[in-house]
Amino acid sequence: MAQPSSPTDTRLRTQEEIAARVKALESMLIEKGIMTTEAIDRLAEIYENEVGPQLGAQVVARAWTDPEFKARLLADASAACAEMGIGGLQGEDMVVVENTATVHNAIVCTLCSCYPWPVLGLPPNWYKAPAYRARIVREPRKVLAEDFGFPIPDDVEIRIWDSSSELRYWVLPQRPAGTEDLGAFELAALVTRDSMIGVGPVGTP
Amino acid sequence: MNGVFDLGGTDGMGRVVTDTDEPVFRAEWEKAAFAMFSNCFRAGFFGIDSFRHSIEKMDAAEYLLSNYYEHWVHVIEDFGAQKGVIDVAELEKRTRYFLDNPDAPLPERKDPELLAFVDAVVKAGAPAQRESDKIAKFSVGDTVTVTADSPYGHTRRARYIRGRTGEITGAHGTYIYPDSAGNGGPEAPEHLYTVRFTSQELWGPDAAEPHDVVYFDVWEPYLTLAS
Repeated sequence: MAQPSSPTDTRLRTQEEIAARVKALESMLIEKGIMTTEAIDRLAEIYENEVGPQLGAQVVARAWTDPEFKARLLADASAACAEMGIGGLQGEDMVVVENTATVHNAIVCTLCSCYPWPVLGLPPNWYKAPAYRARIVREPRKVLAEDFGFPIPDDVEIRIWDSSSELRYWVLPQRPAGTEDLGAFELAALVTRDSMIGVGPVGTP
Repeated sequence: MNGVFDLGGTDGMGRVVTDTDEPVFRAEWEKAAFAMFSNCFRAGFFGIDSFRHSIEKMDAAEYLLSNYYEHWVHVIEDFGAQKGVIDVAELEKRTRYFLDNPDAPLPERKDPELLAFVDAVVKAGAPAQRESDKIAKFSVGDTVTVTADSPYGHTRRARYIRGRTGEITGAHGTYIYPDSAGNGGPEAPEHLYTVRFTSQELWGPDAAEPHDVVYFDVWEPYLTLAS
């Protein structure tokens, strides 16, 4: 890290500086036998193209169409997701919380950036940044209405789940009205990442 | 530790800025920084708890303002130096080299085992639940108060729940204890509970948005029976 030359200097790096720093570190870790560029490419490939919110959407759509699966999902989310071949890193112990007409749920990690990777992929930057983490536990109604344009009616209780342990919470949103005729495949297309975090609606058919 | 990373309830952080078209990785260096976590975990640099504590010890202003994956780079440098794998002077020298030669190639090396590890760990994960013969002191429905002390090392006792009283809504068995594992100690598993706090309990009658609640997970040593 570049040391500040005076107390008022910042230590922040430019994109060029951080890129060079990472490349330098990478070169040393490769030489020490700790990583390879192939392994980097493979991990990036997994989280760019294979593991993302489309997986959580499939789980939600199945829960909407299969009451017995939904019961198993709410009882033990990791086991239920495993039935669909979904699970793994940062979702070893998942807990699904259900939205109803009287309860709205949202998730946060105030202490760092914990997030259920196997069903939602890697978190968006706003989820990891200070503003959301600081405010959603203190003024959730205001944050949802003003920052996300997603007001919650006053008579609905808001429950915020702060993932301070390795339990990974995520939200089962309510099935939208007018979707009685849709199958699981079409329903999954309506489920958004934000609806499973609890900061946005599901789509409309 | 009482660090700035413990953001829950902090005021003055500004609006939440979202980006609808954000890519998973915003630059090539973010991919490498992301991959360093699992690769260096495999190499025995850290467990998840000591990884988090290293981030917590970052320069506070830098923590708040830097790109997310720079936090991870900080950890790799921190533990790389501690483990004797990264020579800091050499790292500085190479950083200057890559600043002047951003397109210079990286060393080439193949490792099929590492590639297999990547797929295996993504699929299987790294569970933190541990067997223990400890008997749970509390159960669902108990009213409990979070201890109000301020340890200097790693803990998952956010400041906004310290001294606050809530109801246990979940009992999950025994998990690796961050206050030991995150400070270089053994896993020392402890019982884990979910506690429900009302908004009024956390923020007071005037500040609270009415009838909202926060659920927070706590390990048994953080709790005392309230009534």
